[in-house]
Amino acid sequence: MRALWHLIRRDLTLVLRSGTDAGAALAFFVVTVTLFPFGIGPEPEILGRVAAGLIWVSALLATLLSMERLFQADYEDGTLDQLLLAGVSAEAIAVAKIAAHWLVTGLPLLIVAPVMGALIQLPTGAYGVMIASLAMGTPVLSLIGGIGAALILGARRGGALLALLVLPLFVPPLIFAVGAIDAAALGLSPRPNLLFLAGLLAAALPLAPVAAAAAIRQVLD
Amino acid sequence: MTILTAENVACQRAGRLVFREVSLRLDAGGAIVVVGRNGAGKSSLLRLLAGLLKPLMGSVRTEPSPDDRQRLFGYVGHNDAVKPTLTALENLVFWARLSDRREARARAELALEAFDIEALADLPGRILSAGQKRRLSLGRLLVAPARIWLLDEPSVALDREGVRRLEGEIGRHQASGGGVVVATHQDLTIAGAETLDLEDHRPGQRTAGG
Repeated sequence: MRALWHLIRRDLTLVLRSGTDAGAALAFFVVTVTLFPFGIGPEPEILGRVAAGLIWVSALLATLLSMERLFQADYEDGTLDQLLLAGVSAEAIAVAKIAAHWLVTGLPLLIVAPVMGALIQLPTGAYGVMIASLAMGTPVLSLIGGIGAALILGARRGGALLALLVLPLFVPPLIFAVGAIDAAALGLSPRPNLLFLAGLLAAALPLAPVAAAAAIRQVLD
Repeated sequence: MTILTAENVACQRAGRLVFREVSLRLDAGGAIVVVGRNGAGKSSLLRLLAGLLKPLMGSVRTEPSPDDRQRLFGYVGHNDAVKPTLTALENLVFWARLSDRREARARAELALEAFDIEALADLPGRILSAGQKRRLSLGRLLVAPARIWLLDEPSVALDREGVRRLEGEIGRHQASGGGVVVATHQDLTIAGAETLDLEDHRPGQRTAGG
């Protein structure tokens, strides 16, 4: 546990010092969402109808963008070796890196999402559910992305490979999240969709770090 | 007392047999110098002893340390694990805290002094020279005490003064009952060192399917 906390803190320090990855993901999210009114047209009805999907697809791509180098730097500079020899389990490394990733990308998305929702005419009644869906859904994205990031370690042109590996797995959270927001916008209960999303989080939370750890051990051997 | 034993170890990398039938015994206070041409498998042997690689055949056994604050292996490899955005001191403090939270900062400062880089404490890792990074990497051995040091070409990029300090720390480590396995091309002065020549363990043929 202590090692976990030290690792998360170190990762946050590293990100705040260099700033690029986290900032780029957030900027990507804002710019992508902003582009849609130009592409689709400013009519409130049309934009409002697709707003949930736009927010979520943008969040998903922003997560993917920042995921590629999750373990890469620690792998290349020998830090992963040192951590394992210090008795930190590969699972703990995966949990710490994924948690730090969510804190610097998922959490900021959550904070700016209402502003972006207003920009693309998200129906008034859907804001609470959008926040709830992002709060449960972005950790799922980080967890699944973590498996992909561990699998592409040591591969050349890992970015494209990562997208191919991970994007299909992003479909279930996308469906349930957008379903929940749409239901709320139509005045229906978002509860079933949100429960499914919570179920995905409950499954990904213990399973993804184990899968990512297995991939890390594989690449070091 | 024997703290590390390897028996009949063979190593395969990318389908090619690198070495075979390597056996070694490291005693407390002992040292083994691993020599061999480039590609003979010196780095692989050290990673294998550390448990980072699995042997194709044979076994590696270690004797648990009586001091439970001490970890089993301290490893210095080709990659220095120095974070470019952290200062030299912060780099070491992280590893010190990871092994033991108490007085982590003081221990890190002592390690910087031991390798004569205390003047670089506040400089970010990114602007350190190769030799300075190597000294920092060696400092990790001191902040996170380990029973067996596995040093892969530790003197690369070090100046004469750095090599002298490294030899001093190795001597102190041996005196406190630790063991050292060093892969090197340079002559390091290490008391009581046995030599293991990987040339004697060159495989005669390729493995099937390799």
